[in-house]
Amino acid sequence: MRLAAVFLVGTLLFLLARGFLVPRSFGQYGHYRGNAIAEIAARPVAFAGHQTCETCHSDVLELKQKGRHARVNCEACHGALAKHAEDPVSVKPAKLQAAVLCARCHEANIAKPKQFPQVVPAEHSGGAACDMCHQPHSPALDSGKRK
Amino acid sequence: MNITRRRLLVLLPAAAIAWKHILAGTPEASPNYKLTEHWWGMLVDVTKCIGCGNCVRACQTENDVPDGYYRTWVERYHLEGWAFQNPKVDSPDGGKNGFPPGNQSGGKNFFVPKLCNHCVESPCTQVCPVGATFVTPDGVVLIDQKYCLGCRYCVQACPYGCRFIHPQKETAEKCTLCYHRITKGLTTACCESCPTGARQLADLKDPKDPIHEFLRTHSIQVLKPYMATNSKVFYNGLDGSVR
Repeated sequence: MRLAAVFLVGTLLFLLARGFLVPRSFGQYGHYRGNAIAEIAARPVAFAGHQTCETCHSDVLELKQKGRHARVNCEACHGALAKHAEDPVSVKPAKLQAAVLCARCHEANIAKPKQFPQVVPAEHSGGAACDMCHQPHSPALDSGKRK
Repeated sequence: MNITRRRLLVLLPAAAIAWKHILAGTPEASPNYKLTEHWWGMLVDVTKCIGCGNCVRACQTENDVPDGYYRTWVERYHLEGWAFQNPKVDSPDGGKNGFPPGNQSGGKNFFVPKLCNHCVESPCTQVCPVGATFVTPDGVVLIDQKYCLGCRYCVQACPYGCRFIHPQKETAEKCTLCYHRITKGLTTACCESCPTGARQLADLKDPKDPIHEFLRTHSIQVLKPYMATNSKVFYNGLDGSVR
């Protein structure tokens, strides 16, 4: 009788401790804390996404759609701008350096797919900035600043 | 305050109920998102990758990945002659700053972006002793940072080398397939910033997703199919030498 009482008290203590220590959402979807999914999903974003950019910058979208960069998303070059999208007045995106940015994709490299347009910058432009001849949003020749 | 035994016996269950409610406080992130309506994966088109490193940088910015660690990275393969069993692979700084042009000539050269394969039969989730890593009902392998002990079992178990221990948090980390973005209707940071469309997020439960047409009409592979992990990162144009 006494042993049974000890066992019962032990079981109750275990259940109480378990109730305290195991979160309620544990086991909701499987052997893990179900709330963790919502916690991970609640993280803020850094890249706004091109749909967000296009709501304001429809002029750039129009220009882009005519050229070879139609499918290059805004933040591929301009970087993460969710903060700018939230507060366009006080958070301004940094000016981009065409020479660095264009070379990142278009500098010749033997491992790049053959059909991808590549140049050796020194031979191609002799050091002149890319945007002198190419407008970055629609980079056909002679679309740049020098007209 | 004088606490009698009787009072304590009344207070304890009340405290237990209150504590339960504190623990159950679920942050509601995307109320319209239904876990059961999606099955996420990714398409990587090796024939389009230019090794610019945009994906690696974007991932680092989006997810606060510490320097020297990578949730996604790009490898450059160089094959010469008959040496397809022994390819030369390099990935300077995970390909974050692109790849130097080099003076290699001839042979076969190409880039392979890599990330967590979000396996259906994921070895990493099977070895976790505390239920800190799991496959969500929408097919993404995630880590509960509050539960992870940092025991490193999963880091060893991943056949693709996709996990690392965060140097400050001392917990396991890996690609979340930008879970905080895809549940809000956005694409992942790497897909968003890929200039050539070499990476595309795929929802295998969405009948309108172009992935279905692509899988039907192309010769698709996954990494290490012999591991039977049922990987959901599908590669187009993958060379046999890629491991």
